[in-house]
Amino acid sequence: MKINKNLIQHIADTARLNLSESEIEELLPQLKEIIDAFSELSEIDTINVKPSFQPVTIKNAMRDDKVKESLSQELALKNTKHKRKGYFQGPGIL
Amino acid sequence: MDIKNYVKKARSGKIDLIKNTKNIISECEKINKEYNYFNVISKDSAIKKAEELYKKDSKGKLFGVPVSVKDCICVKDVESRAGSKILSGYNPVFDATVVDKVKKEGGIILGKTSQDEFGFGSFNVNVGVDFKIPKNPVDKERTCGGSSGGAAGITKKLEYPHAALAESTGGSIAAPASYCGVIGLCPTYGRVSRYGLMDYANSLDKIGVISRNIDDCALVLEVISGYDNKDSTSLNVPDYKYSRIEQDEKKLKIGIIKESLLEGVDKEVKKSILRLVGKLKSKEIEVKEVSLPLVFKYGIQTYYLISMAEASTNLAKFCGMRYGYEEKIQGNFNDYFSKIRTKSFSREAKRRIILGTFARMAGYRDAYYLKAMKVRTLMIEEYKKLFSEFDLLISPTMPNFAPRLDEIDKLSPLENYMMDIMTVGPNLCGFPHISVPYGSKHNMPIGVMFTADHLEEKKLIEIGKIVEKIG
Repeated sequence: MKINKNLIQHIADTARLNLSESEIEELLPQLKEIIDAFSELSEIDTINVKPSFQPVTIKNAMRDDKVKESLSQELALKNTKHKRKGYFQGPGIL
Repeated sequence: MDIKNYVKKARSGKIDLIKNTKNIISECEKINKEYNYFNVISKDSAIKKAEELYKKDSKGKLFGVPVSVKDCICVKDVESRAGSKILSGYNPVFDATVVDKVKKEGGIILGKTSQDEFGFGSFNVNVGVDFKIPKNPVDKERTCGGSSGGAAGITKKLEYPHAALAESTGGSIAAPASYCGVIGLCPTYGRVSRYGLMDYANSLDKIGVISRNIDDCALVLEVISGYDNKDSTSLNVPDYKYSRIEQDEKKLKIGIIKESLLEGVDKEVKKSILRLVGKLKSKEIEVKEVSLPLVFKYGIQTYYLISMAEASTNLAKFCGMRYGYEEKIQGNFNDYFSKIRTKSFSREAKRRIILGTFARMAGYRDAYYLKAMKVRTLMIEEYKKLFSEFDLLISPTMPNFAPRLDEIDKLSPLENYMMDIMTVGPNLCGFPHISVPYGSKHNMPIGVMFTADHLEEKKLIEIGKIVEKIG
């Protein structure tokens, strides 16, 4: 796996992080070392092995489709300064 | 005094709860100035709760007991930040299920304990922007371990009955318990509700207990465990009265993990474990050497791949809108979200977001993320084979005693991650485990870890009592 500055920059953009040139310089050898360690897993034969997305067996948790009391609009908006007419206010998308 | 006796005295009125709570808060404030164990001390609400209890019935199992809560667990109307600047000013409008249960049993919430940002660390040095690093209660130049460092530190330092609600993703209960010389129990994945926990990695996070003694641990575990329909991963299994467990006459069969005593383990740590094994054998407990080759060779890689992949998705929701750190909205959503996230995540959080995003990206997902999930299946099988023959597995909790903070600075990120070699296995595979103090080097505590099969917390309490008795 080729880890280079461009790839780190691309990942940072995807993750909405602004990294400076010096941060990328610092991360590059660290990520190389860590991803090399991750790559060691390819030595293990996992043909016909099912993935464990949870460590214990969990069945689908279903509930009745009934309306229940939930957070009021006021409480849901309590933790933000950015609100208008009962809605969250966010930055423009266009 | 243990919690049970404290509750008895509080119920009978022999303890003035209001005065006592005020004293405890003052003591916490004093300790905090020197050791940084709390991100928030909820003085007013704690005293108010003590006043309420004074007027009410006294049936609760934790009547009047001071309980601290790791910062990543929501407490209603108390600033809860998971140790991160990005959650500055966030005051949850609800209690996490575990907090609700503690309150209903009469527990008094003292405040929010310090941690590595979102749990991203083994030494509690990866704190969020503008947060302070907690110091070891035995030696301030050393780490108290992470990520539940504040929880373990205050449990050791506070000379009052107290228990801490902590959380573990890859060893964050056992590690600080080991370094601070207290008990730390991490239950089976799903045994305790995660509702109200700020996720680090959903398939790995568990809420557990840090306490001064095993009886306190058993009692608090009994209070917080149980099915919760608000958590879709909560296990609907019968509860257990952990506080009623007596030291079982039945002889336990224990496997000592060969790989856990090989290279890289401090000599004194190894000696402590072997000394304990000798004492257990003298009690006619059978101890045999066992092996977990896959877990010890590939556990770190598998754990970090899964945890970082899950963390990077969980942290995507923090963007300066709806709650937490906000600024004046300027520019388009990309500019605004990137600015907020860049400013308020620490270096380690950024590193994990980058690595986790990489592992989930198109083209790499199957080779890394999915592969790790399959390896986890093989590791669970490796453990299960041993549990068909053994009740418990024993190993050191950490390969060393608490390192100095300046020694930690010199470690590379990978060397840092390697320190979790003992704890990632049970955490990755959802097995309950407990760290119990046993032995010391230069006064620094050493922890021994026992791991049990899924839902066998009862055996951890039993062995905890045996070790405590051996002393």
